Amino acid sequence: MRVMAQMAMVMNLDKCIGCHTCSVTCKQAWTNRSGVEYVWFNNVETRPGQGYPRRYEDQETWRGGWALNRRGRLKLKGGGRLRKLLTIFANPKLPAIQDYYEPWTYDYETLTNAPLQEHTPVARPKSLLTGEDMKVSWSANWDDDLGGPPDRDVLLAGIADKVKFEFERTFMFYLPRICEHCLNPSCAASCPSGAIYKRTEDGIVLVDQDRCRGWRMCVSGCPYKKVYFNHRTGKAEKCTFCFPRVEVGIPTVCSETCVGRLRYIGLMLYDADAVLEAASVPSSQDLYEAQRGVFLDPSAPEVVTAAERAGIPRDWIEAAQRSPVHALITKYRVALPLHPEYRTMPMVWYIPPLSPVVDVVRDTGYDAEDRSNLFAAIEALRIPVDYLAQLFTAGDPAPVDAVLRKLAAMRSYMRDLTMGRDPDDSIPAAVGMTGEQIHDMYRLLALAKYDERY
Amino acid sequence: MPELDDALVGTRRFFTRGEVSADHRALFQIGGRQADTFYRDRWSHDKVVRSTHGVNCTGSCSWKVYVKDGIITWEAQQTDYPSVGPDRPEYEPRGCPRGAAFSWYTYSPTRVRYPYVRGVLLEMYREARQRLGDPVAAWAEIVGDPVKARAYKSVRGKGGLVRATWDEATEMIAAAHVHTIKTYGPDRLAGFSPIPAMSMVSHAAGARFYNLLGGAMLSFYDWYADLPVASPQVFGDQTDVPESGDWWDAGYLVMWGSNLPVTRTPDAHWMAEARYRGQKVVAVAPDYADNVKFADEWLAPAPGTDGALAMAMGHVVLKEFFVERHVAYFLDYVRRYTDLPFLVTLDDGRPGKMLTAADLGQDVENAAFKTVVLDAGGTPVVPNGSLGFRYGETGEGRWNLDLGDLSPLLSAAGGDVAEVELPRFDAPGGSVGTIRRGVPVRQVAGRTVTTVFDLLLAQYGVARPGLPGEWPSGYDDADSPYTPAWQETVTGVPGPTAARIAREFAANAEESRGRSMIIMGAGANHWFHSDTIYRSFLTLTTLTGCQGVNGGGWAHYVGQEKVRPITGYSVLGTASDWTRPGRQMIQTAYWYLHTDQYRYDPFSAATLSVADGFAGRSTADLIAASARMGWMPSVPHFNRNPLDLADEAAAAGEPVADHVVRRLRDGDLRFACEDPDAPENFPRVLTIWRANLLGSSAKGNEYFLRHLLGTDHGVRAKQAPPQARPRDVTWHDEAPTGKLDLLLTLDFRMTSTTVYSDVVLPAATWYEKHDLNTTDMHPFVHSFNPAIAPPWQTRTDWDAFMTIARVFSALAAEHLGTRTDVVAAPLLHDTPDEMANPYGRVMDWKAGECEPIPGRTMPKLVPVERDYAAVADKMASLGPLLDSLGATTKGVTFEVGRELEYLRHKNGVAPNGRPSIARDVDACEAILALSGTTNGHLATQGFRQLERRTGVRLADLAAEHEGKQITFADTQSRPTPVITSPEWSGSEAGGRRYSPFVINVERLKPWHTLTGRQTFFLDHDWIAELGEWLPTYRPPLDMHALFGEPRVGEQGELGITVRYLTPHNKWSIHSEYQDNLFMLSLSRGGQSIWMSTEDAAKIGVRDNDWIEAVNRNGVVAARAIVSHRMPEGTVYMHHAQDRLIDVPRTETNGRRGGIHNSLTRLLIKPTHLIGGYAQLSFAFNYLGPTGNQRDEVTVIRRRSQEVEY
Repeated sequence: MRVMAQMAMVMNLDKCIGCHTCSVTCKQAWTNRSGVEYVWFNNVETRPGQGYPRRYEDQETWRGGWALNRRGRLKLKGGGRLRKLLTIFANPKLPAIQDYYEPWTYDYETLTNAPLQEHTPVARPKSLLTGEDMKVSWSANWDDDLGGPPDRDVLLAGIADKVKFEFERTFMFYLPRICEHCLNPSCAASCPSGAIYKRTEDGIVLVDQDRCRGWRMCVSGCPYKKVYFNHRTGKAEKCTFCFPRVEVGIPTVCSETCVGRLRYIGLMLYDADAVLEAASVPSSQDLYEAQRGVFLDPSAPEVVTAAERAGIPRDWIEAAQRSPVHALITKYRVALPLHPEYRTMPMVWYIPPLSPVVDVVRDTGYDAEDRSNLFAAIEALRIPVDYLAQLFTAGDPAPVDAVLRKLAAMRSYMRDLTMGRDPDDSIPAAVGMTGEQIHDMYRLLALAKYDERY
Repeated sequence: MPELDDALVGTRRFFTRGEVSADHRALFQIGGRQADTFYRDRWSHDKVVRSTHGVNCTGSCSWKVYVKDGIITWEAQQTDYPSVGPDRPEYEPRGCPRGAAFSWYTYSPTRVRYPYVRGVLLEMYREARQRLGDPVAAWAEIVGDPVKARAYKSVRGKGGLVRATWDEATEMIAAAHVHTIKTYGPDRLAGFSPIPAMSMVSHAAGARFYNLLGGAMLSFYDWYADLPVASPQVFGDQTDVPESGDWWDAGYLVMWGSNLPVTRTPDAHWMAEARYRGQKVVAVAPDYADNVKFADEWLAPAPGTDGALAMAMGHVVLKEFFVERHVAYFLDYVRRYTDLPFLVTLDDGRPGKMLTAADLGQDVENAAFKTVVLDAGGTPVVPNGSLGFRYGETGEGRWNLDLGDLSPLLSAAGGDVAEVELPRFDAPGGSVGTIRRGVPVRQVAGRTVTTVFDLLLAQYGVARPGLPGEWPSGYDDADSPYTPAWQETVTGVPGPTAARIAREFAANAEESRGRSMIIMGAGANHWFHSDTIYRSFLTLTTLTGCQGVNGGGWAHYVGQEKVRPITGYSVLGTASDWTRPGRQMIQTAYWYLHTDQYRYDPFSAATLSVADGFAGRSTADLIAASARMGWMPSVPHFNRNPLDLADEAAAAGEPVADHVVRRLRDGDLRFACEDPDAPENFPRVLTIWRANLLGSSAKGNEYFLRHLLGTDHGVRAKQAPPQARPRDVTWHDEAPTGKLDLLLTLDFRMTSTTVYSDVVLPAATWYEKHDLNTTDMHPFVHSFNPAIAPPWQTRTDWDAFMTIARVFSALAAEHLGTRTDVVAAPLLHDTPDEMANPYGRVMDWKAGECEPIPGRTMPKLVPVERDYAAVADKMASLGPLLDSLGATTKGVTFEVGRELEYLRHKNGVAPNGRPSIARDVDACEAILALSGTTNGHLATQGFRQLERRTGVRLADLAAEHEGKQITFADTQSRPTPVITSPEWSGSEAGGRRYSPFVINVERLKPWHTLTGRQTFFLDHDWIAELGEWLPTYRPPLDMHALFGEPRVGEQGELGITVRYLTPHNKWSIHSEYQDNLFMLSLSRGGQSIWMSTEDAAKIGVRDNDWIEAVNRNGVVAARAIVSHRMPEGTVYMHHAQDRLIDVPRTETNGRRGGIHNSLTRLLIKPTHLIGGYAQLSFAFNYLGPTGNQRDEVTVIRRRSQEVEY
């Protein structure tokens, strides 16, 4: 057992209002400068939708992340470093700027400076790359709120028959994304220069700006497309988990400014020696459990001892013990990894969105608020569980279903308390929890006080 | 090969500083302290300053503004709101992406850095100024010369702005003001700046200046159509709503036409989180809006039919909870807190008037305003609390809702029955039908009476045994209003669903004692008939005992922003410390007349009537009638300069009021609104700050461009044919163009308004000034502070208006001196004026129905002395009227001697010996000191005064904070909770969440209505004219019938006709931020229209295609966003995208495409013009016609994809 500490994040998608405040505050703080105009370390995608860069999840095209080879060994999906060295000057798996979007501005000055003319002055869009006039036809968030046809969503390939894009059956939710700061980062493994590294003390994955040679293999290697190329400096850049803030005890910009109050930051302790084996389990649907198996119980005496031996400070161990991320991933098991099938062991996890539930069930003639109908309701989710499973569990609906049942049980159990009725302990029992656990989970998810979120 | 691979990787062990994992996958490294100094440097900053955003936004979020090397770098939210308790979520971190992008403006290329003047005008002015030697003479010559005036007016909006100096620009501005006052009168000046709550000092700056001049301040709440007219109608209150933290307390939450994640971004989390307590959430929206994601149920009624759904829900609640079953909590609530038990006369088989003590023959004070109930024995009695007890000696201590032993009968049942004829409007096109239904009646004082409750059951079609008339056979009777099946035919929402939601809503309220809530917003409120829609909503929350209960009731969120320190703000903004009354104007009527939109109404005002009282009259005629009867203000007042009128009165040796009345009666003098197109009645100077009229709120934008500004426009409509023209208002064959002489705008960014302005002054941004900020969404007051000094030549609004005032005063000393002005002030709410019209009977002196008596049958005519040379000195100091008259809010007068003494020491003394408010921080201190919400001494003082009138205990609500006074420094250090005060109807006492009307319910303080209770029944003549005594359903206006537009769904060679809605935008707060590069990068980068997949397919439009939208009002060019989340037959053009960003020329007229409001126009509902009667009395932004815009249709087609600019 080699104990390491990892700074991790959980986002409760059930609370995300899709406002993009996180994206803007992040951009203002970090990438509001030339060379990275098109870069959003944090972005928010409407799902179903193509994402940013578009169709980044299509690993058959981009070949990011890891795959098992015929011998069951973990290999970079895009090919090993040798292959990367051989293709270093012509990286074929790199999204083009149009896949992100061609950044633009407007000739705003004309609004003030226009001479007397026939028509009202107007600011036209100008490419920030070429300076030429352009028609805006793609942006960092083009399909916001289901704008444009959603049928190019990569995840629909396997479940197209279960999703209909009709007015009455509309569904959507938002997926905010930052770098996953993976336990098994394929960006780092893809870098011929060794410029990408994982900080020993907190697991934050960074690009060494001095060592980066701009080969962009990390951009290809990252299946989440969260490493970007600064076309001015010629270096790779990525989300830093706001390490200058985190180091002094302030949450990341995206977390602290999240008005949905849905982001949790905390430490996870894990066994670094177990990562490779976990990332190599044969079935991609086992990866979620395998990754949870890598995490260590920060309260277990042997883990504490091993952690101290590994030089992890006492206050960090305490932080891991009271980590909300640990509680959501391990204790309540309501958070799930994003695309575990990429085998990078991502460390930004998500609570899948619960609602809306009832309006589908009501058509069956039942009062869906009735607790006896709770779980029937989940099977009739407006957001298909199968779609969520494509995101979080490599297609296995069972873990998603289990999370949604817990959330539904929490609402039902708490309604009795809120209305001043006697609590019904059969509700938590049905999802393998006690009333007390439900109540604690409720406090973490609903009250979500500042010092409990971070 | 893998082996070689590994070997290569393995070499990294030797070449890197870090540690490569044994399996070669990962490289670990301690820290990165050197390699990543770039990000550490990026993060470093010199200071963090607290500020916020003062746009037209409810957020009131406190922000950290980061500054490095004297440059603003970015912003992030403050998280230091005081806790709301251990068992609730907190207010941190309020904010949204728009606000987070604000700092982009500071140094952006759209920033207004210097004063600009229209080049053509400036050249003429310089020439004339030099030749004539006098600024006023120079201005007079230019605007007086039709050729010269035309020369600069006709090029408005066409570029050609040139830089000027502050000295030159302000001299020209001052000259324009002086000339206009001298020539036409101060009431030809108007100022527009909306909603002070978000930056009250900035708002007060210009408002104070205009009030000192005698210019008119234009209302905004009604103008924006955000005013729910139902609120004064039902509650006698402008609007009072729960803070967002109170959503947490609700057990059942309906979001009805309010898209919380988009329009209440900082608050939406309360809704998301309350679900975890087991709150059920229902979304009512015609599209799959952002908030639908959170809802347990989604009801998608056809746009504008929300009232039908609510009426059917009311039907179910009344039937199941009042008739089939009696719920004690509900019955007790409606007896005590609503007008349901009050008696109404029946006249000619229709609802008549509220029965009063006068009808009973009681010779008591204010008898016609004391309403009557039946006691348990059926004897008519006059309970405390009605309007008649609010004023006069005998009402002292009796204006309360304490019923004592009295238990009023809800129903008159037990005697005879009678049929009443009730109107229905559900026919296609909204035409009037009738239905006959029976009510139980009694004979009281020789009259046939019933109760409001009985009428309500009849109206809702809830049958009881033994009553005659037509009744629904059951919920599935689709022909009889207002059953669930009936609403399905209107809304498309399944009948059983509507019934079930109603049942759940009421059952939750029954179990939780009133904790069911409806969050309602623009989607329901921006319709022409918003008042009937809202009354049907309020019926649901009131019947179920939810109003005045934490977690229950209405939560109206659109434009409702609360100036918590209202008294202090009002003093500064209205300059009531120096002169009273101010000149206020209902903006919708102002522009309806002055942009000549009234000329394009080809139908009579009687179109909506169920009677014949409006026959032969146009809407403009009704505006004139309302003005001359003193109901609503009208500006300009008369077809004479009011300064000259006063002089003429003096010359004639008559008191001013007598003089005016005599000349009006003679016909020698007329109200200006009776001839709005006569040049002497034009508005001449308009100043806009903190606003973008022409890119945002100007409904009928193209009519503004044509008639007000006199420049190119896109109007295609025809003017009214002779038979539809006004009867009393003079018609000029030639419609004037270019009425306005000066359009002045202060802004920090370029907008349509600045582009069309004659003078643009560069304003400081929200990060460059001191100011105060509040909202009703949370209970804190917090501050603006300059992160940097105003850069380039920008100035704060306070500074800018002080500058203008000084230049003006200097010119005025020579040209104007001291004059007497005549203010024609309407009958005011919360004063005895509201007893001017007993029974809401219309008495038009001009029709010979009564004598013209100022303050009773016509406006008050008040002489006001104006020392124009002293305007600047008065602006900068607090005047002496405060000493003698105090400061009044909602009928409560605060004595502020102690506060003035404090301000003398805190702010210093001005040269005129008065407390100084020379600087913006001084103004902040004055506002805080002079308001009950921020000064516990005043709050308790006000409550004690109210205790004397009501006879109930109140002062304890503020007593816990009697010694607390919030200073500006407090608001700088962190958001500060406010104090419970009689200025508002809810209570924060003991740290509870704010919910409106809690004081009314818990302390039995009456509502400010006729009965003193929440009102279901309105008996004013004009309400009766429209058949709207009770909540009812009126469909959206039929634009085909009214204007000959094609019908929705019609498809021709010009395209397809669709409903045209303009909801709030995700990427802007009104027009602000829509031009911000961050917001443009996260959206479609320019004007866009959302349409359904089906409609797009019909006209061959694909996502992002250029399209053109055309109707009689104008033309829009935009790109299409095609989505299956949109319902067929309806498009959304999110409002206020402005015309300055990527808008090409149109194919239709070859000119620049318009804004969202180029396709809309003003349409005035006559009942919004009522005044002088109980809660239907004017107060600024409290009552007035709404600038609604939702009933419109447009034709949409794909256009050439080759666009030209």
